[in-house]
Amino acid sequence: MQLTIQEVEHIAELAKLDLSDEEKEQYREQLSSILAYATMLQNVDTGDIPPTASVLPERSVLRADIVQEPLTPETVLQNAPHQKEQQFKVPIVMENGQ
Amino acid sequence: MSNLSDLSVRQALKLLQNGDISSLELTQSYLDRIQALEPQIKAFITLTPEMALAQAKSADLLRKNNPDGDLPALLGLPIAVKDVLALKNVRCTCGSRILENFIPVYTATTVQRLLDAGVVILGKTNTDEFAMGSSTENSAYQTTHNPWNQDHVPGGSSGGSAAAVSAGMAPIALGSDTGGSVRQPASFCGITGLKPTYGRVSRFGLIAYGSSLDSVGIFSHSAEDLAVIFEQIAGRDPKDATSMNIPVPAIHLDSNTDLRGVRIGVPTEYFIAGIQADVEKNVRTAIQHFESLGAQIVEISLPHTEYALPVYYLIATAEASANLARFDGVRYGYSAEAASLWERFKQSRGRGFGSEVKRRIMLGTYALSAGYYDAYYGQAQKVRTLIKRDFEQAFEHVDAIATPVAPTTAFKIGEHTNDPLAMYLEDIFTLPTNLAGVPGLAFPVGFDHQGLPVGMQLMGPHFKEETLLKLVHAYQLSTQWHKSMPDL
Repeated sequence: MQLTIQEVEHIAELAKLDLSDEEKEQYREQLSSILAYATMLQNVDTGDIPPTASVLPERSVLRADIVQEPLTPETVLQNAPHQKEQQFKVPIVMENGQ
Repeated sequence: MSNLSDLSVRQALKLLQNGDISSLELTQSYLDRIQALEPQIKAFITLTPEMALAQAKSADLLRKNNPDGDLPALLGLPIAVKDVLALKNVRCTCGSRILENFIPVYTATTVQRLLDAGVVILGKTNTDEFAMGSSTENSAYQTTHNPWNQDHVPGGSSGGSAAAVSAGMAPIALGSDTGGSVRQPASFCGITGLKPTYGRVSRFGLIAYGSSLDSVGIFSHSAEDLAVIFEQIAGRDPKDATSMNIPVPAIHLDSNTDLRGVRIGVPTEYFIAGIQADVEKNVRTAIQHFESLGAQIVEISLPHTEYALPVYYLIATAEASANLARFDGVRYGYSAEAASLWERFKQSRGRGFGSEVKRRIMLGTYALSAGYYDAYYGQAQKVRTLIKRDFEQAFEHVDAIATPVAPTTAFKIGEHTNDPLAMYLEDIFTLPTNLAGVPGLAFPVGFDHQGLPVGMQLMGPHFKEETLLKLVHAYQLSTQWHKSMPDL
């Protein structure tokens, strides 16, 4: 199980992580060895075994549909690095008719 | 009174109730000890002495004005809180640069319940970044030192909380446990630590790592003290849909050490080659002690134990990759100056997260990515079912399962930093409980040849924390290990 630099770059793109060349090479080696270790799971016969996503019994968790006091806009924006007119402010997403 | 910081929680509460000490005196004694020891131990990321003294004064005033009143159960008791649990208006970093200036706008349910019970908060303790690690070496701020030997790690990820309690800088501390992050540092620091059943304690306000595995846990010097805090934080919370509506028993721990009728299972898969000889010897001696108290010791098998490590590191990292997607430089946290939104995401995350967090996000993203989902994440979820069934079958025959907490005692700072897989192996005995959702209790049972504490773990069926606390209480009534304190 050896990942290529291209595969590492693909995963970093999916995860939206800007990595240095040094980090890419380090993660290529380390993820390769961790994934090689994880291949032992392929030896387990799980043909009719259902997956476990949660250990809890399935049950309804809906509350009564009653309006509750929300956080104020000021509170919600309190930690925003960039804001304008009670909104989160971000750089341009699309430009030139894209 | 020789030293207020040597008091047990029950002793401290009694002295407060009787008016023998004030909360202000008690709080000041802990703050003094923190001031003296923190330069060497480095247990806290943020100290809150002004808030603590104000809370202590309020507690004393409330008690003074209600001499015959029904007062909150923990009125005036100081505690420390791991810096992954939100406390309104106090910085919460998760040990990460990305949250260096993050100020929560609400308080975690567990912390709020303790505040409602009257506690005083001394500060927020050090953690591996986003609780990912086994040593606190992944904290972006500092590495905590083990109070028993400061060249060694305190364990992790809740190493700050464990070291603070071990060093007498707080009588109680909250932590979080996703794969052993309460039990392993409790073991390394010679104290008692509880990971409750998944669903027993609210996760609201606990900044998420692996949501199907995360539990809020507690550190103290004894099972008796843990029970006092557990009763306060356990139970259904409407703000956490995974918290279960199952009654929390009032836990009565008496002086009875007769364990006749109790069956304790010892799984062969947890006594493997590679386990440190001193660890095995002390844990086996402790198991014999339970037998001498009347418990029946039964050899059992948990056949899928060897798969717990890869299953955990695929599921936990997959969940982490989704949970940590929220740190995007838009709503909170570090935000890189960038010309486009995508560049802001990538640069904020690339610079804001540390090495281990990025490694786990990468691994989890890979396990969930197209073409690999079935082979890695899907298969891991199925093997998780087999691990859970191992426990269900075992608990048809035994009341509790006894194992070491970790294969070694506290390792040296720097020993595993270049080998992530070696670091992950430190968690092999604690991961299975998180995968199965069962409770685990770690407690000290001796020392290795270097004088470092050895811990033992008892695991129990879902929602049977009381059984574990009673068994460990019986052990602690008839032994002295939990009373050993490091020489500081």
